Amino acid sequence: MNLNIKYFGLLVEITQCSEETVSFSKTTVSELLNFLFEKYPDLKNKDFQVALNNEIVLKDTLITENEIALLPPFSGG
Amino acid sequence: MSRYSRHIVLQDVGQEGQNKLLQAKVLVIGAGGLGCPILQYLTAAGVGTIGIVDYDVVDISNLQRQILFGTTSLGTNKALAAKTRLEDLNPTIKINAYPEKLTVNNALELFKNYDIIVDGTDNFPTRYLINDTAIITNKPIVYGAIYKFEGQVSVFNYQNGPSYRCLFPIPPQKGSVANCSEIGVLGVLPGIIGTMQANEVIKMILGFDGVLSGKLLCYNAKTNQTTQLKITKSISEFENALHRKDDYNEISCETQVPEISTEDALQKDHIQFIDVREYDEQPKLEFPNCIQIPLNELEQNLNQINSNNTKILFCQYGIRSKTAVEILQKHNITNCYSLKGGVIAILEHLKIDVQ
Repeated sequence: MNLNIKYFGLLVEITQCSEETVSFSKTTVSELLNFLFEKYPDLKNKDFQVALNNEIVLKDTLITENEIALLPPFSGG
Repeated sequence: MSRYSRHIVLQDVGQEGQNKLLQAKVLVIGAGGLGCPILQYLTAAGVGTIGIVDYDVVDISNLQRQILFGTTSLGTNKALAAKTRLEDLNPTIKINAYPEKLTVNNALELFKNYDIIVDGTDNFPTRYLINDTAIITNKPIVYGAIYKFEGQVSVFNYQNGPSYRCLFPIPPQKGSVANCSEIGVLGVLPGIIGTMQANEVIKMILGFDGVLSGKLLCYNAKTNQTTQLKITKSISEFENALHRKDDYNEISCETQVPEISTEDALQKDHIQFIDVREYDEQPKLEFPNCIQIPLNELEQNLNQINSNNTKILFCQYGIRSKTAVEILQKHNITNCYSLKGGVIAILEHLKIDVQ
């Protein structure tokens, strides 16, 4: 399955892109994260949430949609 | 025409809506980049009672985005300076300035007297303190936060909706999220995000539908892209907030990285000084137990760092050395300090004439 992944905030500085399409065959969000951690080791040290089809989900959620977003918290004001 | 005539002629607002605004009580925490536009619009709109919490003073570097202040406000407490400006904008409402830090000791008492809490702070501990206090006192929060060119807006704890902890359950590890004073922010961005927060406050007071509850709006000033992400309410996060004993002590922008003065640094035993400036920077400092590794080469030269010693990192002014400490922390190298004021402070301490 081709997944479209969006990155927000400081994650873009790690991935060097705000959006990319990856080919991925596993099933859960945490499996996808392990895949991304191998591609971008520095992501492991960052706090972020995952959205699936524009909905924040838990790590054990099955990937049934192909729109993914990785969202870090912002502190600035 | 009256002050509020442009509101009153709107069918969805009218005199009745304006009266709701005049009766509303809103507490704005932080009178900085977000707080300034929030306060300006709420005051102009005639929100009857506005509280402002900020312990900080106006600095020249604030004026690039904190539009309530001018050069005459420099050095003045932000809550008090904002009150002065806002009373000129609208002397018919009540403005309470609280020139203090929001802490576990005053939060409950402050929240009690207001209907809506607006989060315009710049650090995670205060954001979590606001969330947990709002849950305890059952008040809605209008949340906004920024990073470089991006912003987030949402409304939490509103009509049984989710809270900040439902989105981000625990504060991020110290230093894992960079802050605005170090990384910079486009001045107009907090203007946009703060104005969106003011809009949500006014919608809530007027009882409009479409309040941004259960959704996080993400805005990118560079691309103009907006994304709305759905947030699911977690009952356990609400229960946790009621019994939370977090350390809410502020790890604010300025204090995320441990800093040390030259005087204190020299009193420590077993020190390794690390100069993270470029090789051609002047004045050169050479003394025993000091090595030079330019910032952009630091990660490749971690083997030169003596893990048993206290590491004092310095640069010219003490800015880059903070980044250097963050890099070492990321690699689990502990006992590192950024030297306040950098080389300039060392020279001052040693009374060496730079000329």
